[in-house]
Amino acid sequence: MKKKIIKSIILLTISFILGIFFIGLNKSSTYNTKDLIGSKISKIQLIQLSENKIITEKELKNNDFTLINFWASWCGPCRDEHPYLLKLSNETKLKLLGVNFKDNKKNAKQFLDNLGNPYDYITTDNSGKQSINFGVYGIPESILIDKDLIIIKKIIGPINKKDFESIKKTIE
Amino acid sequence: MLSNIGNSILFLSVLLCFSIIYYSFQNLKTNKDSITKIIFQLCVLQSTFIIISFLTLIAGFLISDFSLIAVYQNSHTLKPALYKIAGTWGNHEGSLLLWVLILTLFSFFFLILNKNHSKNYRIYTLIFQNILILGFLFFLLFNSNPFSVISPEPKEGLGLNPILQDPALAIHPPLLYIGFVGSSIYFSAAIASMLSNYSGKLFAKSIKNWVLVSWSFQTIGILTGSIWAYYELGWGGFWFWDPVENASLLPWFVMTALFHSLIVLEKRNLLYFWVIILCILTFILSVTGTFLIRSGILNSVHTFANDPSRGIFILIFLSLMIFTSVFVLFKKLKINSYNVNFYSKETFVLINNWFMIFYLITVMLGTVYPIFTEVLNDSKVSVGPPFYNTVIIPVVIFFLFFMSIGPKVRWIKDNLKNLNVILGILFFSILINFLIFYLFKSYSLISNFIIISSFFLIFSSLIDFVEHFKNHSIKNYSRIISHMSFGLLVLFIGLNHNFSLEKDLNLKLGEKITFEGYSLKFEKLYLKEFKNYKAIIGEFEVNNLKDNFNLSLYPQIRIYENPNTLTYEASIKTGILKDYYLTMSNIDRSDYYNVKFQKKPFMIWIWISVILISLGGFLRLFKNEKKNY
Repeated sequence: MKKKIIKSIILLTISFILGIFFIGLNKSSTYNTKDLIGSKISKIQLIQLSENKIITEKELKNNDFTLINFWASWCGPCRDEHPYLLKLSNETKLKLLGVNFKDNKKNAKQFLDNLGNPYDYITTDNSGKQSINFGVYGIPESILIDKDLIIIKKIIGPINKKDFESIKKTIE
Repeated sequence: MLSNIGNSILFLSVLLCFSIIYYSFQNLKTNKDSITKIIFQLCVLQSTFIIISFLTLIAGFLISDFSLIAVYQNSHTLKPALYKIAGTWGNHEGSLLLWVLILTLFSFFFLILNKNHSKNYRIYTLIFQNILILGFLFFLLFNSNPFSVISPEPKEGLGLNPILQDPALAIHPPLLYIGFVGSSIYFSAAIASMLSNYSGKLFAKSIKNWVLVSWSFQTIGILTGSIWAYYELGWGGFWFWDPVENASLLPWFVMTALFHSLIVLEKRNLLYFWVIILCILTFILSVTGTFLIRSGILNSVHTFANDPSRGIFILIFLSLMIFTSVFVLFKKLKINSYNVNFYSKETFVLINNWFMIFYLITVMLGTVYPIFTEVLNDSKVSVGPPFYNTVIIPVVIFFLFFMSIGPKVRWIKDNLKNLNVILGILFFSILINFLIFYLFKSYSLISNFIIISSFFLIFSSLIDFVEHFKNHSIKNYSRIISHMSFGLLVLFIGLNHNFSLEKDLNLKLGEKITFEGYSLKFEKLYLKEFKNYKAIIGEFEVNNLKDNFNLSLYPQIRIYENPNTLTYEASIKTGILKDYYLTMSNIDRSDYYNVKFQKKPFMIWIWISVILISLGGFLRLFKNEKKNY
């Protein structure tokens, strides 16, 4: 009897491990950031830079469109895209959410003081962990979402003139 | 053309596998003591065919036949010949053909070299090995065919990933494969042994050389991977605890446990079923490792493209293997209680096994834990070096002590007569550790223990060596060399860890920076064209202010055309006592270059220690070879 129980436990453990492998196989573990288009974002929790308020997906549901922009003061190309972000901040249908990526608070504030602040919300991601949930590897990177929190555009690298125009077209 | 040759040969090999299995079953039915000639002939034919198909693929790479997808995706006309050849196994399909080649060659040599063993046992081994070959041949033909064609034929190939164009990496896969694919033969032999009731000492004798071969090659294979990471990845480390590295380490732990237990089985006829379990586990872990890496279920630094259909195939195959072997094992398993004296060599071998199983479970858990959390909890975690270092390092200290004492203990029963010697060695090890500690640099408590325990193992082995030399006995040289080198390995890793210097600097051309007894000057920057890449080369002068010694280092940023890639090439000056290691990378929109300077003591001794560890395995093999087969 004891032997049978031990044998069953061994067989069950092996089956359990193989089963997990099987399910794991069907979950894609590598991020292909293109796949993110069309998917819905959920479980966002971003801390605001200046106050300790937390921004969640609920806030973003009130906007027609939100552009989530990942940036840092130490990032050269972020300076390149800044003028376009400033222009986009004039659009009424679009709100800009800036995620300050692995940065120091003082430098980030100075960056915005010098170049202008295009963001409706500024949040911070010191460790870079939140950004991973958006499939962000490096910055700058921007994600355009609609009212239903569906990702409709993903721009890897600085926003250029073409991206700027295409964003404008999308939100009109 | 080559595709047709390759495919036809693979197809014929499938037929040969079926024939071998058929004739083997026929042979089992007869009462004759010998294996029929036809089986030998079929095996010769099978090995020849697989060798030809492998050579055909190499030829495809050498003559750049881009009608083959594998060649098109992994080669380029401008590549040096060595890397064209290495491209054969530098991709998923080609490396699977190498799998099949090694499975087949081991099957053949096991058959012809184990003449003195029972017929049924050899035949069953052959049958199971051929089932494995058949499984992988089907995988090749229907899922990962290296001879698939692309039409119209492209004019030029996409090129081999530049970071794979490295001599150490060119030989890394074949060495590693001899190790873990080679373990298939004692997997088959273990099942054959249970089915044919060919157990005990004779079984141990029949597989010990195969275990040694695979273990020695696995050791060297892991080493070449490490050397590659050190030279090519440009961050100065040699071990990441990356899933791929772990996958090569898992079977290594079990192989190590296995050949220690085999000694007990051969000398004392104990632990038969434990040995069987270890034999089965080694190959199962090899296939599991392959599954984890090739299926893309885990993210890793390796560049094998991910394809879930491959994963499904390997997983089904793996499940079949596991359930078959567990079924046979449960049917045949008899639990014997052994009466082993506490202070005997048997106990110490078992202690070795416990440690190995502990390492195995730790590394296994760390490797597959992210899969479990993702499936069960939908959260992505990554298990990094801190986990492994925290769990493994303290245990290594005890392991080294047992490893020093174990070999000196006699079989069956011993008494503690050599306690004085042991205490003497311990005292001496502590003394040397504190000399290093006070004369050079202080380090953590755990580092103290690591260094003391590794000295303890080195000195114990040295004393053993002297005693053997006095007695003119050559019996245990191989063991002494491997054990001592393991002590050296841990010692040098410990010293390397504690005495490394690392500086991250931003430098402009012409600038000079002084830090911790060194100065570094950015002398020159120039562009040079090579056959398959362009390089931006920086010239840096390193000055050791204490010894007034300087040297120039030339790190590169390489721009490869095919495929279009940027790589950072470290400039390394290897010395007997330390390596100087320098990498540079450009900073966007700036005149500054990010320069990483590292002083890495005893790097070359880490490599030499591992070579010596595996040399021990090879020496034992030659000694066994002389004695018997």
